[in-house]
Amino acid sequence: MAEEQKSAQKVAPLPLAQLVAALKREHPEWISEVREALGETTIIVPREHLIELCRYLKTTPGYDFNMLVDICGVDRGPEAEPRFEVNYHLFSTVSYHRLRLKVLLNEDDVHVPTATVVWRTANWHERETYDMFGIIFDGHPDLRRILLPEDWQGHPLRKDFPLRGYEPYSLK
Amino acid sequence: MSTTVGNIPPQFEVIDRPLETQMTLSMGPQHPSTHGVLRLELVLDGEMVVKCVPDIGYLHTGMEKLFEYKKYQQGIVITDRMDYLNPLGNNLGYVMAIEKLLQLEIPERAQIIRVMMCELQRIASHMVWLGTHALDLGAMSVFFYAFREREKILNLIEAASGGRLTPSYFRVGGLMMDLPPGFERRVRQFLDTFPKALDDFHTLLTENKIFQKRTQGIGVISAEDAIDWGVTGPSLRGSGVKIDVRKTNPYSGYETYDFEIPVETGGDVWSRYMVRMRELEESLKIVRQALDRLRPGPVKADAPKVVLPEREAMKTHMDALIHHFLIIAEGFNVPPGEVYHAIEGSKGELGFYIKSDGGPRPARVHVRAPSFVNLSALPHMVTGEMIADVVAVIGSIDIVLGEIDR
Repeated sequence: MAEEQKSAQKVAPLPLAQLVAALKREHPEWISEVREALGETTIIVPREHLIELCRYLKTTPGYDFNMLVDICGVDRGPEAEPRFEVNYHLFSTVSYHRLRLKVLLNEDDVHVPTATVVWRTANWHERETYDMFGIIFDGHPDLRRILLPEDWQGHPLRKDFPLRGYEPYSLK
Repeated sequence: MSTTVGNIPPQFEVIDRPLETQMTLSMGPQHPSTHGVLRLELVLDGEMVVKCVPDIGYLHTGMEKLFEYKKYQQGIVITDRMDYLNPLGNNLGYVMAIEKLLQLEIPERAQIIRVMMCELQRIASHMVWLGTHALDLGAMSVFFYAFREREKILNLIEAASGGRLTPSYFRVGGLMMDLPPGFERRVRQFLDTFPKALDDFHTLLTENKIFQKRTQGIGVISAEDAIDWGVTGPSLRGSGVKIDVRKTNPYSGYETYDFEIPVETGGDVWSRYMVRMRELEESLKIVRQALDRLRPGPVKADAPKVVLPEREAMKTHMDALIHHFLIIAEGFNVPPGEVYHAIEGSKGELGFYIKSDGGPRPARVHVRAPSFVNLSALPHMVTGEMIADVVAVIGSIDIVLGEIDR
Protein backbone atom coordinates (compact mmCIF):
# COMPACT_ATOMS: atom_id res chain seq x y z
CA MET A 1 0.00 0.00 0.00
CA ALA A 2 2.81 2.38 0.89
CA GLU A 3 4.49 1.57 -2.41
CA GLU A 4 1.29 2.23 -4.32
CA GLN A 5 0.90 5.55 -2.60
CA LYS A 6 4.39 6.63 -3.49
CA SER A 7 3.90 5.81 -7.17
CA ALA A 8 0.58 7.65 -7.17
CA GLN A 9 2.22 10.65 -5.54
CA LYS A 10 4.74 10.98 -8.34
CA VAL A 11 2.01 11.95 -10.80
CA ALA A 12 0.87 15.27 -9.39
CA PRO A 13 -2.85 14.96 -8.61
CA LEU A 14 -5.19 17.21 -10.54
CA PRO A 15 -6.71 20.14 -8.66
CA LEU A 16 -10.12 19.44 -7.22
CA ALA A 17 -11.83 22.05 -9.40
CA GLN A 18 -10.64 20.24 -12.55
CA LEU A 19 -11.83 16.90 -11.23
CA VAL A 20 -15.26 18.28 -10.46
CA ALA A 21 -15.47 19.96 -13.87
CA ALA A 22 -14.55 16.70 -15.59
CA LEU A 23 -17.12 14.84 -13.52
CA LYS A 24 -19.77 17.36 -14.49
CA ARG A 25 -18.88 16.95 -18.16
CA GLU A 26 -19.05 13.16 -18.08
CA HIS A 27 -22.04 12.63 -15.83
CA PRO A 28 -24.13 15.81 -15.74
CA GLU A 29 -27.17 13.89 -14.46
CA TRP A 30 -25.33 13.04 -11.20
CA ILE A 31 -24.77 16.65 -10.19
CA SER A 32 -27.53 19.14 -9.61
CA GLU A 33 -25.28 21.91 -8.30
CA VAL A 34 -21.67 22.61 -7.37
CA ARG A 35 -20.97 25.12 -4.61
CA GLU A 36 -17.58 26.58 -3.82
CA ALA A 37 -17.32 28.45 -0.54
CA LEU A 38 -14.60 29.06 2.05
CA GLY A 39 -12.20 26.81 0.18
CA GLU A 40 -14.54 23.84 0.30
CA THR A 41 -16.37 22.19 -2.58
CA THR A 42 -19.89 20.86 -2.18
CA ILE A 43 -21.68 18.74 -4.78
CA ILE A 44 -25.43 18.49 -4.44
CA VAL A 45 -26.45 15.05 -5.62
CA PRO A 46 -29.90 13.76 -6.56
CA ARG A 47 -30.71 10.94 -4.16
CA GLU A 48 -31.14 8.29 -6.86
CA HIS A 49 -27.61 8.83 -8.20
CA LEU A 50 -25.83 8.99 -4.83
CA ILE A 51 -24.46 5.46 -4.75
CA GLU A 52 -23.37 5.52 -8.42
CA LEU A 53 -21.49 8.75 -7.77
CA CYS A 54 -19.91 7.45 -4.54
CA ARG A 55 -18.73 4.28 -6.23
CA TYR A 56 -17.37 6.27 -9.17
CA LEU A 57 -15.50 8.69 -6.88
CA LYS A 58 -14.05 5.85 -4.86
CA THR A 59 -12.89 3.55 -7.66
CA THR A 60 -12.01 5.81 -10.62
CA PRO A 61 -8.26 6.49 -10.85
CA GLY A 62 -7.57 10.18 -10.47
CA TYR A 63 -10.46 10.67 -8.05
CA ASP A 64 -9.55 8.05 -5.42
CA PHE A 65 -11.89 9.29 -2.71
CA ASN A 66 -11.25 6.08 -0.83
CA MET A 67 -12.10 7.34 2.66
CA LEU A 68 -15.51 8.39 3.87
CA VAL A 69 -14.64 10.69 6.74
CA ASP A 70 -18.05 11.60 8.04
CA ILE A 71 -21.77 11.58 7.45
CA CYS A 72 -23.93 14.11 9.21
CA GLY A 73 -27.52 15.17 8.96
CA VAL A 74 -28.81 18.71 9.13
CA ASP A 75 -32.32 19.89 9.91
CA ARG A 76 -33.11 23.26 8.32
CA GLY A 77 -36.22 23.69 10.43
CA PRO A 78 -39.83 22.46 10.17
CA GLU A 79 -40.80 25.20 7.69
CA ALA A 80 -37.91 24.76 5.29
CA GLU A 81 -38.40 22.77 2.12
CA PRO A 82 -36.49 20.54 1.51
CA ARG A 83 -36.14 20.13 5.22
CA PHE A 84 -33.21 17.74 5.68
CA GLU A 85 -29.69 17.57 4.35
CA VAL A 86 -27.32 14.63 4.56
CA ASN A 87 -23.66 15.58 4.14
CA TYR A 88 -20.98 13.11 3.12
CA HIS A 89 -17.42 14.26 3.71
CA LEU A 90 -14.96 12.43 1.50
CA PHE A 91 -11.18 12.36 1.67
CA SER A 92 -8.61 10.96 -0.69
CA THR A 93 -5.53 9.38 0.87
CA VAL A 94 -3.80 9.77 -2.52
CA SER A 95 -4.39 13.40 -3.47
CA TYR A 96 -5.49 14.67 -0.01
CA HIS A 97 -8.53 16.33 -1.58
CA ARG A 98 -11.64 16.82 0.48
CA LEU A 99 -15.11 16.88 -1.02
CA ARG A 100 -18.59 17.23 0.41
CA LEU A 101 -21.60 15.51 -1.14
CA LYS A 102 -25.00 16.78 -0.12
CA VAL A 103 -28.37 15.10 -0.50
CA LEU A 104 -31.51 17.14 0.09
CA LEU A 105 -34.62 15.45 1.47
CA ASN A 106 -38.23 16.45 1.90
CA GLU A 107 -39.84 15.82 5.25
CA ASP A 108 -42.41 13.35 3.92
CA ASP A 109 -39.83 11.12 2.25
CA VAL A 110 -36.68 10.77 4.35
CA HIS A 111 -35.15 7.81 2.55
CA VAL A 112 -31.57 7.67 1.29
CA PRO A 113 -29.81 4.62 -0.17
CA THR A 114 -27.12 3.33 2.16
CA ALA A 115 -23.45 4.06 1.51
CA THR A 116 -22.35 0.94 3.43
CA VAL A 117 -22.14 -0.85 0.08
CA VAL A 118 -19.31 1.53 -0.86
CA TRP A 119 -17.56 2.22 2.45
CA ARG A 120 -18.07 0.00 5.49
CA THR A 121 -17.44 2.95 7.80
CA ALA A 122 -20.78 4.40 6.73
CA ASN A 123 -22.46 1.88 9.02
CA TRP A 124 -22.17 3.76 12.32
CA HIS A 125 -22.46 7.22 10.79
CA GLU A 126 -25.77 6.24 9.20
CA ARG A 127 -27.01 4.71 12.42
CA GLU A 128 -26.19 7.96 14.20
CA THR A 129 -27.95 10.05 11.56
CA TYR A 130 -30.98 7.77 11.79
CA ASP A 131 -30.91 8.03 15.58
CA MET A 132 -30.70 11.83 15.64
CA PHE A 133 -32.80 12.81 12.61
CA GLY A 134 -34.92 9.78 11.74
CA ILE A 135 -33.47 9.58 8.24
CA ILE A 136 -33.92 6.06 6.86
CA PHE A 137 -30.99 4.57 5.00
CA ASP A 138 -32.47 1.97 2.66
CA GLY A 139 -30.52 -1.27 2.53
CA HIS A 140 -28.51 -0.62 5.71
CA PRO A 141 -27.59 -3.99 7.28
CA ASP A 142 -28.37 -3.01 10.87
CA LEU A 143 -30.29 0.26 11.17
CA ARG A 144 -30.80 0.56 14.93
CA ARG A 145 -30.42 3.47 17.30
CA ILE A 146 -26.81 3.83 18.36
CA LEU A 147 -26.53 6.49 21.07
CA LEU A 148 -30.03 6.66 22.49
CA PRO A 149 -31.96 3.82 24.15
CA GLU A 150 -33.93 1.44 21.93
CA ASP A 151 -37.30 2.67 23.21
CA TRP A 152 -36.56 6.40 22.86
CA GLN A 153 -39.35 8.39 21.24
CA GLY A 154 -38.48 10.95 18.58
CA HIS A 155 -35.26 12.16 17.03
CA PRO A 156 -33.58 14.78 19.23
CA LEU A 157 -31.55 16.78 16.71
CA ARG A 158 -34.67 17.73 14.78
CA LYS A 159 -35.39 21.40 15.35
CA ASP A 160 -38.90 20.74 16.67
CA PHE A 161 -37.60 18.44 19.42
CA PRO A 162 -37.35 20.50 22.64
CA LEU A 163 -33.93 20.82 24.31
CA ARG A 164 -35.11 19.20 27.51
CA GLY A 165 -37.16 16.50 25.79
CA TYR A 166 -40.81 15.76 26.41
CA GLU A 167 -40.66 14.04 29.77
CA PRO A 168 -37.94 12.64 32.00
CA TYR A 169 -36.85 9.37 30.47
CA SER A 170 -36.48 7.75 33.88
CA LEU A 171 -40.20 8.18 34.63
CA LYS A 172 -41.23 5.83 31.83
CA MET B 1 -32.50 -22.29 26.20
CA SER B 2 -32.45 -19.61 23.59
CA THR B 3 -32.05 -16.03 24.72
CA THR B 4 -31.32 -12.67 23.24
CA VAL B 5 -29.13 -10.59 25.46
CA GLY B 6 -29.33 -6.82 25.32
CA ASN B 7 -29.68 -5.43 21.85
CA ILE B 8 -27.93 -8.06 19.81
CA PRO B 9 -29.59 -7.88 16.40
CA PRO B 10 -32.43 -10.36 15.88
CA GLN B 11 -30.76 -12.14 12.96
CA PHE B 12 -28.27 -13.29 15.51
CA GLU B 13 -29.82 -15.98 17.71
CA VAL B 14 -27.66 -16.90 20.65
CA ILE B 15 -27.89 -20.33 22.16
CA ASP B 16 -26.92 -20.15 25.77
CA ARG B 17 -25.34 -23.53 26.40
CA PRO B 18 -21.82 -22.95 27.68
CA LEU B 19 -19.14 -25.44 26.71
CA GLU B 20 -21.37 -27.14 24.17
CA THR B 21 -21.52 -24.35 21.67
CA GLN B 22 -21.19 -20.59 21.62
CA MET B 23 -21.85 -18.38 24.60
CA THR B 24 -22.48 -14.66 24.91
CA LEU B 25 -20.52 -12.53 27.29
CA SER B 26 -21.40 -8.95 28.13
CA MET B 27 -18.18 -7.05 28.72
CA GLY B 28 -18.70 -3.68 30.36
CA PRO B 29 -20.02 -1.06 30.81
CA GLN B 30 -18.33 -1.19 34.21
CA HIS B 31 -15.36 -3.25 33.10
CA PRO B 32 -12.21 -1.26 33.97
CA SER B 33 -10.36 -2.04 30.77
CA THR B 34 -13.11 -0.74 28.50
CA HIS B 35 -11.87 2.79 29.30
CA GLY B 36 -15.14 4.26 30.42
CA VAL B 37 -18.60 3.01 29.69
CA LEU B 38 -18.16 0.91 26.61
CA ARG B 39 -20.09 -2.34 26.52
CA LEU B 40 -19.23 -5.16 24.19
CA GLU B 41 -21.47 -8.09 23.40
CA LEU B 42 -18.98 -10.85 22.75
CA VAL B 43 -20.00 -14.17 21.28
CA LEU B 44 -17.40 -16.72 22.22
CA ASP B 45 -16.52 -20.16 21.02
CA GLY B 46 -14.35 -21.35 23.85
CA GLU B 47 -11.94 -18.48 24.26
CA MET B 48 -12.23 -17.27 20.69
CA VAL B 49 -14.28 -14.23 19.79
CA VAL B 50 -16.74 -15.18 17.07
CA LYS B 51 -18.60 -11.92 17.02
CA CYS B 52 -18.29 -8.57 18.76
CA VAL B 53 -21.05 -5.97 18.87
CA PRO B 54 -20.09 -2.70 20.60
CA ASP B 55 -22.91 -1.00 22.48
CA ILE B 56 -22.34 2.71 23.08
CA GLY B 57 -24.37 5.67 24.23
CA TYR B 58 -24.07 5.34 28.01
CA LEU B 59 -22.40 8.74 28.20
CA HIS B 60 -24.61 10.49 25.68
CA THR B 61 -25.37 14.00 26.90
CA GLY B 62 -26.77 15.61 23.77
CA MET B 63 -23.85 17.95 23.22
CA GLU B 64 -24.59 18.50 19.54
CA LYS B 65 -28.10 19.64 20.51
CA LEU B 66 -26.71 21.86 23.24
CA PHE B 67 -24.41 23.67 20.79
CA GLU B 68 -27.47 24.92 18.91
CA TYR B 69 -28.77 26.64 22.04
CA LYS B 70 -25.48 28.26 23.07
CA LYS B 71 -23.67 31.22 21.58
CA TYR B 72 -20.55 30.43 19.61
CA GLN B 73 -18.18 31.41 22.41
CA GLN B 74 -20.16 29.39 24.97
CA GLY B 75 -19.69 26.26 22.87
CA ILE B 76 -15.97 26.18 23.66
CA VAL B 77 -16.56 24.83 27.15
CA ILE B 78 -18.71 22.03 25.72
CA THR B 79 -15.85 20.91 23.50
CA ASP B 80 -13.61 20.52 26.56
CA ARG B 81 -15.90 17.81 27.84
CA MET B 82 -15.94 15.65 24.74
CA ASP B 83 -12.46 14.21 24.48
CA TYR B 84 -11.47 15.09 28.02
CA LEU B 85 -7.94 13.81 27.48
CA ASN B 86 -7.34 16.18 24.59
CA PRO B 87 -9.45 19.27 25.42
CA LEU B 88 -7.10 21.78 23.78
CA GLY B 89 -7.31 19.86 20.53
CA ASN B 90 -11.10 20.04 20.68
CA ASN B 91 -10.94 23.77 21.45
CA LEU B 92 -8.68 24.28 18.45
CA GLY B 93 -10.90 22.38 16.01
CA TYR B 94 -13.99 24.25 17.15
CA VAL B 95 -12.56 27.76 17.16
CA MET B 96 -10.75 27.23 13.87
CA ALA B 97 -13.98 26.16 12.19
CA ILE B 98 -15.66 29.35 13.41
CA GLU B 99 -12.65 31.43 12.39
CA LYS B 100 -12.90 29.91 8.93
CA LEU B 101 -16.54 31.01 8.72
CA LEU B 102 -15.61 34.48 9.96
CA GLN B 103 -12.48 34.53 7.76
CA LEU B 104 -10.50 35.81 10.69
CA GLU B 105 -6.72 36.23 10.68
CA ILE B 106 -5.01 34.99 13.83
CA PRO B 107 -1.83 36.72 15.11
CA GLU B 108 1.32 34.67 14.72
CA ARG B 109 2.10 34.44 18.42
CA ALA B 110 -1.36 33.01 19.10
CA GLN B 111 -0.88 30.41 16.37
CA ILE B 112 2.50 29.35 17.76
CA ILE B 113 1.14 29.06 21.29
CA ARG B 114 -1.80 27.03 19.98
CA VAL B 115 0.53 24.59 18.26
CA MET B 116 2.74 24.33 21.33
CA MET B 117 -0.13 23.75 23.74
CA CYS B 118 -1.76 21.20 21.43
CA GLU B 119 1.43 19.20 21.17
CA LEU B 120 1.86 19.28 24.96
CA GLN B 121 -1.73 18.08 25.23
CA ARG B 122 -1.02 15.32 22.73
CA ILE B 123 1.82 14.11 24.95
CA ALA B 124 -0.48 14.23 27.99
CA SER B 125 -3.15 12.28 26.13
CA HIS B 126 -0.65 9.69 24.99
CA MET B 127 0.54 9.38 28.58
CA VAL B 128 -2.94 8.34 29.71
CA TRP B 129 -3.14 5.93 26.79
CA LEU B 130 0.27 4.47 27.64
CA GLY B 131 -0.48 4.07 31.33
CA THR B 132 -3.88 2.48 30.89
CA HIS B 133 -2.83 0.33 27.94
CA ALA B 134 0.04 -1.10 29.98
CA LEU B 135 -2.22 -1.49 33.00
CA ASP B 136 -4.70 -3.50 30.95
CA LEU B 137 -1.91 -5.86 29.99
CA GLY B 138 -0.73 -6.27 33.56
CA ALA B 139 2.19 -3.82 33.72
CA MET B 140 1.17 -1.69 36.65
CA SER B 141 4.26 0.44 37.29
CA VAL B 142 4.16 2.15 33.89
CA PHE B 143 0.87 3.73 34.91
CA PHE B 144 2.52 5.68 37.75
CA TYR B 145 5.42 6.88 35.62
CA ALA B 146 3.09 7.92 32.82
CA PHE B 147 0.76 9.83 35.13
CA ARG B 148 3.74 11.56 36.74
CA GLU B 149 4.68 12.96 33.33
CA ARG B 150 1.08 13.86 32.54
CA GLU B 151 0.86 15.73 35.82
CA LYS B 152 3.71 18.01 34.75
CA ILE B 153 1.87 18.90 31.55
CA LEU B 154 -1.42 19.47 33.35
CA ASN B 155 0.43 21.86 35.68
CA LEU B 156 1.66 23.76 32.62
CA ILE B 157 -1.84 23.90 31.16
CA GLU B 158 -3.18 25.06 34.50
CA ALA B 159 -0.56 27.81 34.64
CA ALA B 160 -1.60 29.08 31.22
CA SER B 161 -5.37 28.75 31.39
CA GLY B 162 -6.40 28.15 34.99
CA GLY B 163 -7.95 24.77 34.23
CA ARG B 164 -6.36 21.37 34.27
CA LEU B 165 -8.85 19.07 32.59
CA THR B 166 -11.10 21.69 31.02
CA PRO B 167 -8.87 24.59 30.00
CA SER B 168 -11.00 26.39 27.32
CA TYR B 169 -7.79 28.24 26.54
CA PHE B 170 -8.39 28.96 22.87
CA ARG B 171 -10.98 31.54 21.96
CA VAL B 172 -12.42 32.62 18.66
CA GLY B 173 -9.78 35.03 17.36
CA GLY B 174 -6.87 33.91 19.50
CA LEU B 175 -6.28 32.92 23.10
CA MET B 176 -7.99 33.59 26.39
CA MET B 177 -4.84 35.44 27.54
CA ASP B 178 -1.11 35.45 27.03
CA LEU B 179 1.22 32.96 28.68
CA PRO B 180 2.22 33.76 32.27
CA PRO B 181 5.77 34.95 33.03
CA GLY B 182 8.28 32.15 33.29
CA PHE B 183 6.12 29.75 31.32
CA GLU B 184 8.71 29.16 28.61
CA ARG B 185 11.31 28.22 31.20
CA ARG B 186 8.93 25.67 32.72
CA VAL B 187 8.21 24.15 29.32
CA ARG B 188 11.95 23.88 28.63
CA GLN B 189 12.40 22.14 31.97
CA PHE B 190 9.77 19.62 30.95
CA LEU B 191 11.38 19.14 27.56
CA ASP B 192 14.69 18.39 29.25
CA THR B 193 13.29 15.76 31.60
CA PHE B 194 10.83 14.02 29.31
CA PRO B 195 13.32 12.12 27.07
CA LYS B 196 14.61 10.38 30.19
CA ALA B 197 11.07 9.27 31.04
CA LEU B 198 10.59 8.10 27.46
CA ASP B 199 13.68 5.92 27.82
CA ASP B 200 12.16 4.45 30.98
CA PHE B 201 8.98 3.57 29.11
CA HIS B 202 10.99 1.86 26.40
CA THR B 203 12.85 -0.13 29.04
CA LEU B 204 9.68 -1.03 30.90
CA LEU B 205 7.52 -1.94 27.91
CA THR B 206 9.23 -1.98 24.53
CA GLU B 207 11.90 -4.38 25.72
CA ASN B 208 9.47 -6.35 27.84
CA LYS B 209 9.04 -9.88 26.46
CA ILE B 210 5.57 -10.30 27.98
CA PHE B 211 4.38 -7.04 26.50
CA GLN B 212 5.79 -8.01 23.10
CA LYS B 213 4.06 -11.38 23.20
CA ARG B 214 0.77 -9.79 24.20
CA THR B 215 0.82 -7.23 21.40
CA GLN B 216 2.66 -8.53 18.35
CA GLY B 217 0.40 -9.99 15.69
CA ILE B 218 -2.75 -9.18 17.69
CA GLY B 219 -5.73 -7.28 16.30
CA VAL B 220 -4.35 -6.90 12.80
CA ILE B 221 -6.07 -4.56 10.36
CA SER B 222 -4.70 -4.11 6.85
CA ALA B 223 -4.20 -0.73 5.24
CA GLU B 224 -7.09 -1.22 2.79
CA ASP B 225 -9.45 -2.29 5.56
CA ALA B 226 -8.36 0.56 7.82
CA ILE B 227 -9.09 3.14 5.12
CA ASP B 228 -12.40 1.46 4.31
CA TRP B 229 -13.39 1.58 7.98
CA GLY B 230 -12.41 5.25 8.16
CA VAL B 231 -9.74 4.61 10.80
CA THR B 232 -7.52 7.67 11.31
CA GLY B 233 -4.67 8.82 13.48
CA PRO B 234 -2.03 6.55 15.01
CA SER B 235 -4.27 3.53 14.43
CA LEU B 236 -4.18 4.16 10.67
CA ARG B 237 -0.48 4.92 10.63
CA GLY B 238 0.13 1.64 12.44
CA SER B 239 -1.22 -0.03 9.30
CA GLY B 240 1.34 1.67 7.10
CA VAL B 241 -0.72 4.58 5.74
CA LYS B 242 1.13 7.86 6.06
CA ILE B 243 -1.83 10.15 6.64
CA ASP B 244 -1.76 12.93 9.19
CA VAL B 245 -3.96 16.01 8.93
CA ARG B 246 -1.03 18.13 10.13
CA LYS B 247 0.71 17.21 6.86
CA THR B 248 -2.13 16.56 4.41
CA ASN B 249 -4.27 19.61 5.23
CA PRO B 250 -2.01 21.77 7.44
CA TYR B 251 -3.60 24.27 9.80
CA SER B 252 -2.38 26.83 12.33
CA GLY B 253 1.06 26.95 10.70
CA TYR B 254 1.95 23.25 10.99
CA GLU B 255 3.37 23.33 7.46
CA THR B 256 6.27 25.46 8.73
CA TYR B 257 7.41 23.00 11.41
CA ASP B 258 9.93 20.29 10.79
CA PHE B 259 8.66 16.93 11.99
CA GLU B 260 8.18 13.39 10.76
CA ILE B 261 5.07 11.23 10.58
CA PRO B 262 5.98 7.88 12.16
CA VAL B 263 4.58 4.90 10.29
CA GLU B 264 4.65 1.19 11.12
CA THR B 265 3.51 -1.50 8.73
CA GLY B 266 2.37 -4.33 11.00
CA GLY B 267 -1.19 -3.15 11.55
CA ASP B 268 -1.23 -4.91 14.94
CA VAL B 269 -1.39 -3.65 18.51
CA TRP B 270 2.40 -3.47 18.64
CA SER B 271 2.59 -1.23 15.55
CA ARG B 272 0.03 1.16 16.96
CA TYR B 273 2.02 1.22 20.19
CA MET B 274 5.27 2.00 18.36
CA VAL B 275 3.64 4.75 16.27
CA ARG B 276 2.45 6.56 19.38
CA MET B 277 5.78 6.16 21.16
CA ARG B 278 7.60 7.66 18.20
CA GLU B 279 4.97 10.39 17.90
CA LEU B 280 5.89 11.55 21.38
CA GLU B 281 9.39 12.40 20.16
CA GLU B 282 7.99 14.30 17.18
CA SER B 283 5.69 16.28 19.48
CA LEU B 284 8.71 17.22 21.60
CA LYS B 285 10.44 18.46 18.44
CA ILE B 286 7.45 20.62 17.54
CA VAL B 287 7.20 22.10 21.04
CA ARG B 288 10.90 22.95 20.98
CA GLN B 289 10.59 24.67 17.59
CA ALA B 290 7.52 26.58 18.75
CA LEU B 291 9.36 27.79 21.84
CA ASP B 292 12.23 29.06 19.72
CA ARG B 293 9.81 31.02 17.55
CA LEU B 294 7.92 32.73 20.34
CA ARG B 295 8.23 36.51 20.05
CA PRO B 296 6.26 39.09 21.98
CA GLY B 297 3.14 40.20 20.20
CA PRO B 298 -0.65 40.22 20.36
CA VAL B 299 -2.47 36.97 21.09
CA LYS B 300 -5.90 38.19 19.99
CA ALA B 301 -7.04 39.10 16.51
CA ASP B 302 -7.91 42.70 15.73
CA ALA B 303 -11.67 42.12 15.46
CA PRO B 304 -13.44 44.16 18.13
CA LYS B 305 -16.87 42.72 17.30
CA VAL B 306 -15.71 39.16 17.93
CA VAL B 307 -12.81 39.28 20.37
CA LEU B 308 -13.32 40.54 23.92
CA PRO B 309 -11.39 43.76 24.63
CA GLU B 310 -8.61 44.03 27.19
CA ARG B 311 -9.67 44.92 30.73
CA GLU B 312 -7.67 48.16 30.71
CA ALA B 313 -9.17 49.32 27.42
CA MET B 314 -12.65 48.88 28.85
CA LYS B 315 -11.88 51.31 31.63
CA THR B 316 -10.75 54.05 29.28
CA HIS B 317 -12.56 53.52 25.97
CA MET B 318 -16.31 53.70 25.62
CA ASP B 319 -16.39 51.67 22.41
CA ALA B 320 -14.43 48.82 24.04
CA LEU B 321 -17.02 48.74 26.82
CA ILE B 322 -19.85 48.64 24.29
CA HIS B 323 -18.25 45.82 22.33
CA HIS B 324 -17.67 43.86 25.52
CA PHE B 325 -21.29 44.25 26.51
CA LEU B 326 -22.57 43.23 23.09
CA ILE B 327 -20.35 40.15 22.81
CA ILE B 328 -21.34 38.94 26.28
CA ALA B 329 -25.04 39.80 26.08
CA GLU B 330 -25.83 39.02 22.46
CA GLY B 331 -22.83 37.19 21.04
CA PHE B 332 -21.36 37.84 17.64
CA ASN B 333 -23.01 37.04 14.35
CA VAL B 334 -21.33 34.59 12.01
CA PRO B 335 -21.99 34.90 8.27
CA PRO B 336 -24.20 32.14 6.83
CA GLY B 337 -22.35 29.16 5.46
CA GLU B 338 -21.11 25.74 6.30
CA VAL B 339 -17.63 24.53 7.02
CA TYR B 340 -15.88 21.30 7.89
CA HIS B 341 -12.58 21.78 9.63
CA ALA B 342 -10.40 18.84 10.51
CA ILE B 343 -7.42 18.78 12.84
CA GLU B 344 -5.19 15.95 13.96
CA GLY B 345 -6.31 15.15 17.48
CA SER B 346 -4.41 12.70 19.62
CA LYS B 347 -6.78 9.90 18.52
CA GLY B 348 -7.11 10.75 14.84
CA GLU B 349 -8.91 13.15 12.59
CA LEU B 350 -11.12 15.39 14.68
CA GLY B 351 -13.54 17.26 12.46
CA PHE B 352 -16.03 19.98 13.23
CA TYR B 353 -18.88 20.58 10.81
CA ILE B 354 -20.50 23.90 11.62
CA LYS B 355 -23.42 25.38 9.75
CA SER B 356 -24.37 28.96 10.41
CA ASP B 357 -27.55 30.75 9.40
CA GLY B 358 -26.20 34.19 10.24
CA GLY B 359 -27.08 34.46 13.91
CA PRO B 360 -25.06 34.32 17.13
CA ARG B 361 -25.82 30.61 17.59
CA PRO B 362 -24.82 27.82 15.22
CA ALA B 363 -27.57 26.13 13.21
CA ARG B 364 -25.79 22.80 13.49
CA VAL B 365 -22.56 21.54 14.97
CA HIS B 366 -21.47 18.03 14.18
CA VAL B 367 -18.36 16.49 15.63
CA ARG B 368 -16.51 13.86 13.66
CA ALA B 369 -15.06 12.07 16.65
CA PRO B 370 -12.03 9.93 15.83
CA SER B 371 -12.73 7.47 18.64
CA PHE B 372 -16.26 6.89 17.32
CA VAL B 373 -15.00 5.82 13.92
CA ASN B 374 -12.00 3.88 15.22
CA LEU B 375 -14.24 1.96 17.59
CA SER B 376 -16.52 0.96 14.73
CA ALA B 377 -13.56 -0.95 13.30
CA LEU B 378 -13.06 -2.86 16.58
CA PRO B 379 -15.24 -5.86 15.62
CA HIS B 380 -13.14 -6.23 12.49
CA MET B 381 -9.96 -6.31 14.59
CA VAL B 382 -11.04 -8.66 17.37
CA THR B 383 -13.06 -11.26 15.48
CA GLY B 384 -11.06 -14.47 15.58
CA GLU B 385 -8.84 -13.32 18.47
CA MET B 386 -8.76 -14.66 22.00
CA ILE B 387 -10.93 -12.94 24.58
CA ALA B 388 -7.89 -11.85 26.62
CA ASP B 389 -6.61 -9.95 23.60
CA VAL B 390 -9.77 -7.86 23.31
CA VAL B 391 -8.53 -5.57 26.08
CA ALA B 392 -5.19 -5.20 24.29
CA VAL B 393 -6.95 -4.15 21.09
CA ILE B 394 -9.27 -1.72 22.89
CA GLY B 395 -6.24 -0.16 24.54
CA SER B 396 -4.41 0.13 21.26
CA ILE B 397 -7.10 2.15 19.47
CA ASP B 398 -7.15 4.61 22.39
CA ILE B 399 -10.82 5.47 22.72
CA VAL B 400 -12.43 8.11 24.89
CA LEU B 401 -16.11 7.47 25.49
CA GLY B 402 -16.77 11.16 26.12
CA GLU B 403 -16.32 11.95 22.46
CA ILE B 404 -17.85 8.74 21.17
CA ASP B 405 -21.17 9.36 22.91
CA ARG B 406 -20.99 13.17 22.98
